[in-house]
Amino acid sequence: MTLVYPKESMIVHPAHLSPEYRSTVKRSPKKPLIIVKHTMSELTGPVYGNEAVNAGDEDLTKQHKGEPIGERIIVHGRVLDEDMRPVPNTLVELWQANACGRYIHVVDQHPAPLDPNFTGAGRATTDKDGYYRFVTIKPGAYPWGNHPNAWRPAHIHFSLFGHSFLSRLVTQMYFPGDPLFPYDPIFNAVKDANARARMICSFDLEHTIPDWALCYKFDFVLRGRNATPMEH
Amino acid sequence: MSGITPSQTVGPYFAYGLTPTKRYDWSDAFSNNLITPDAVGEKIRVEGIVRDGDGAVIPDAMIEIWQADGQGRYITPVAGEAKPNTAFRGFGRCGTDQDGYYSFDTVKPGAVAGPDGKMQAPHIVVCYFSRGLLTHLFTRIYFSDEASNATDPTLAQVPEERRFTLIAKKDNRPGVYTFNIRPQGDDDETVFFDI
Repeated sequence: MTLVYPKESMIVHPAHLSPEYRSTVKRSPKKPLIIVKHTMSELTGPVYGNEAVNAGDEDLTKQHKGEPIGERIIVHGRVLDEDMRPVPNTLVELWQANACGRYIHVVDQHPAPLDPNFTGAGRATTDKDGYYRFVTIKPGAYPWGNHPNAWRPAHIHFSLFGHSFLSRLVTQMYFPGDPLFPYDPIFNAVKDANARARMICSFDLEHTIPDWALCYKFDFVLRGRNATPMEH
Repeated sequence: MSGITPSQTVGPYFAYGLTPTKRYDWSDAFSNNLITPDAVGEKIRVEGIVRDGDGAVIPDAMIEIWQADGQGRYITPVAGEAKPNTAFRGFGRCGTDQDGYYSFDTVKPGAVAGPDGKMQAPHIVVCYFSRGLLTHLFTRIYFSDEASNATDPTLAQVPEERRFTLIAKKDNRPGVYTFNIRPQGDDDETVFFDI
C-alpha cells in the first residue's frame, strides 16, 4: 500500500505566527516555507513499536512506590490515517502535569505541589487495530505567563509517529467542557471549530471501570491516505 | 468528523517525557547517538546552536533527525528498495541545552534517489519543535564537502542566497559539522519546507 500526503490536510494546523501566543512572535519563520516535492526521505520514517516501550510504561499510576494523588482516569482510543484505517504498532508518547497542574520539569515553578508518586510520562504502542490505552491521573489546569491571569486548560501532551516522517504529530488532548477554552491562545490557534473539537476527548461511560476509574476516549488522525482510494 | 488531528506546541516541559537523558526519572526511548557497532560509513557529529529572531539561544527546542544509512538505504524502505543489513535505525532525537546547543553522533548518509530517479545529495531530514512553535518545521541538513549539492533537486528549489542555511559546515575537528538552526532570522533564517 502506498500512502500519499495531500498538502490540503495541513490546513487545520495553527499558523506558525499566532501572536496571541506570545512566544510564537520570535520563534516562527518570517520567510515563506519552500514548497518541495516529497522524496523517499520524507515518505519513509522512523517506525517504532513495542521495542521502544517497557512493561508498565502505559500506566502512569504505577511508576512509583505509592499511588499518585488525583482522579485516576483511563485514556484510550485509536490511531488512524486519513482514510480512517488503523495505524498498527506505532509508538504513542505522553507527558502531562500532575493533578495540581504542576510538571516535574525544573523550569516549572508554579507554586503547586509536586507528587513524589507521579512523573507524568508514559509510552504505549498501538495494537493491530491501532488501539492504545493509558492509565493516568487527570491533569490540573495551571497558570502561565502569556498574558495577565493566563491559565492553560487541562491537557495531556502526545507525540506520534505514524507511517512516515510526514505523519509525525505532536499535539495536546483536552477534556470536554473546560471553561478555559475561550481564553487559551494555544487551543484557539487552531482556527477551525471542527478541528479544535478533534483535540477534545470524549467521556466514555462504557469503558469506565466501576469503583475504580473514569474513562476518556481520544482518536488521533494522522496525515496519509491511500494513493488509490476505494470507490464509494 | 473528518480531517487530521491539529498540531499543538511541544511546550516548555517536554524534556522529562521526550528527552530525559538521565536528568529525570524516566527512560529514554531515543538518543542523539545513532551509531550502532555494525553501522557502515563515515562516523560524523552534527552540532549547532538554535537561536530565535532576537539572536537569543533557544533552550527548549527538540530536534529529530531521520536519515539513510551509509549506503543510502532507509530502514523502512519504500516498495522495491533494499533494506539495510545493519542495526542502524536512522532516527535520533536531541533537546537543546541551556546554551541552545544540540548534537548528533551518526554516520554520514549515503545518497538516495529523488522522485525522478535522479540522485539526491547526501542529506538528513530534520523535524524541529520548540515552545512557541505550534506546528513543527521540516528542514534538511546537507554537507559542505559534497560536490553533488550542486545538482540536488531539492536544493535547486531553494533561492541560491538561502541555500547556505541548509548546508552543515565541515569543522577543523575531524568528522564534525556545524549546523546552526535559526527558526527566525534575517538573512540567516533557516529554510523550512512546505511538504
